[in-house]
Amino acid sequence: MTLFFHFGRYFLLIKRTFSKPEKLSVYWRQIVHEINNIGITSLPIIAIISFFMGGVITIQAAFGFTSPIVPLYAVGFTTRESMLLEFCPTIMSLILAGKIGSNIASEIGAMRITEQIDALEIMGINSAGYLILPKVAGGILILPFLIAISMFLGIYGGYVMGIATHACTSYEYIFGIQAFFEPWKLWYSFTKVIVFAFIITSVASYFGYFTQGGALEVGRSSTNAVVYSSILILIFNFLLTQLFLT
Amino acid sequence: MIEIRNISKSFGDRLVVNDVSFTFEQGKTNLIIGESGSGKTTILKLMVGLHSIDSGEVLYDGKNFPKLPEKEKQEVRQDIGMLFQGGALFDSLTVEENVRFPLDMFTAMSREEKNERVNFCLSRVQLEGRNNLYPGELSGGMKKRAALARAIANNPKYLFCDEPNSGLDPKTSIVIDQLIKQITEELNMTTIVITHDMNSVIEIGQKIMYIYKGKNWWAGNSKGILKTDNKELIDFVFASGFMKEIYDAVKNKD
Repeated sequence: MTLFFHFGRYFLLIKRTFSKPEKLSVYWRQIVHEINNIGITSLPIIAIISFFMGGVITIQAAFGFTSPIVPLYAVGFTTRESMLLEFCPTIMSLILAGKIGSNIASEIGAMRITEQIDALEIMGINSAGYLILPKVAGGILILPFLIAISMFLGIYGGYVMGIATHACTSYEYIFGIQAFFEPWKLWYSFTKVIVFAFIITSVASYFGYFTQGGALEVGRSSTNAVVYSSILILIFNFLLTQLFLT
Repeated sequence: MIEIRNISKSFGDRLVVNDVSFTFEQGKTNLIIGESGSGKTTILKLMVGLHSIDSGEVLYDGKNFPKLPEKEKQEVRQDIGMLFQGGALFDSLTVEENVRFPLDMFTAMSREEKNERVNFCLSRVQLEGRNNLYPGELSGGMKKRAALARAIANNPKYLFCDEPNSGLDPKTSIVIDQLIKQITEELNMTTIVITHDMNSVIEIGQKIMYIYKGKNWWAGNSKGILKTDNKELIDFVFASGFMKEIYDAVKNKD
């Protein structure tokens, strides 16, 4: 029953979130603010993790491919496929669910317990729309760019570390990352990112919006936001993969 | 003018507001007083629609607010200013942005007009020159004054204040009380103040409703309180020894 209660309340909140904004110019300004808040501030962590993970995948691939019948360009190919199909869209989204999700849930939760949301409602403002819509729109707009940067840096990290550790040559790696490339896989990845962006921002907003109590409950909402959005990301990752790749 | 008629509200089995009726008059500071947990804040939240009402009517100049369609409710809400207990200023906005917020959302004013209005409201609450400070940089009294400036920015017809003096020293409390009273008279608003601060009761209580166990137990004004024979009200208002001496002195004088 609790599950149905949460589902029902979540969908009602989403319905309120997407109702007509009071003033479009104010919402647009908020979206730009959220793009900066969600996207730009996440860039350093995304860059560092992607670069090193790309490098590690390259080294592990080179270490694993000991058979003489596997060509060395398979190292570049493996790195590209891992980064494009799974690591950047899914694992990065899980990391962002931690960073962005907890941030959103605690921000909105703190606004709830300090009556700032009540203040919006009493002014005649749709608080769900004003607070959540810019975060969802900002997340959906900026996350594909973040993930594209992550893909580039991951593959570049693989190149740098592959060369530095003599795991492969520059020619083999570049040949590998170009080999058997199918552009539709990018569509698959970016579709996943957009769905995950919606999950991260809306689920975190939901837990923040319905926070009751004090600081302890804000912390709990923040934790719940990360846990449930991570679980939903994994479930939708499976569903979308099944849908696109079979 | 706001009128509440026979409003009731329960949370589960607990009846928190029990058949309360009262008329809050325009141009006056109307006080709701009572002990902690007596139902004062619930009445206020029922009036502004933050809680749904179980039974009764809340009439804003004759319009039954709980029964209005959502669009009309929003329109009534745009005529409401509210000063929350903790101020409820938006943390991510400066004082100036907080005060300008309702103007940005609901008016077609030019930037100059908005700036003029913001500066007027800030000067009215003696916060000139604090435009660029964030709520985290303000003292408790300054937060309340900034919140009051935001509440009056859009020229509201109704002003609600939820314990405006909580956490403030007596001197700052009097400043806030006087501001509320002056602004009410200047803008001819219907002002409702929830308080259990006895200085406020004496200072600005032009019309008072005493809530006891969720019921309207007594109604009158600040002078009436000093002469009342209502036992529960006397126990509440004159709880301290000092207040008891004042009460005895007034009684003996009569």
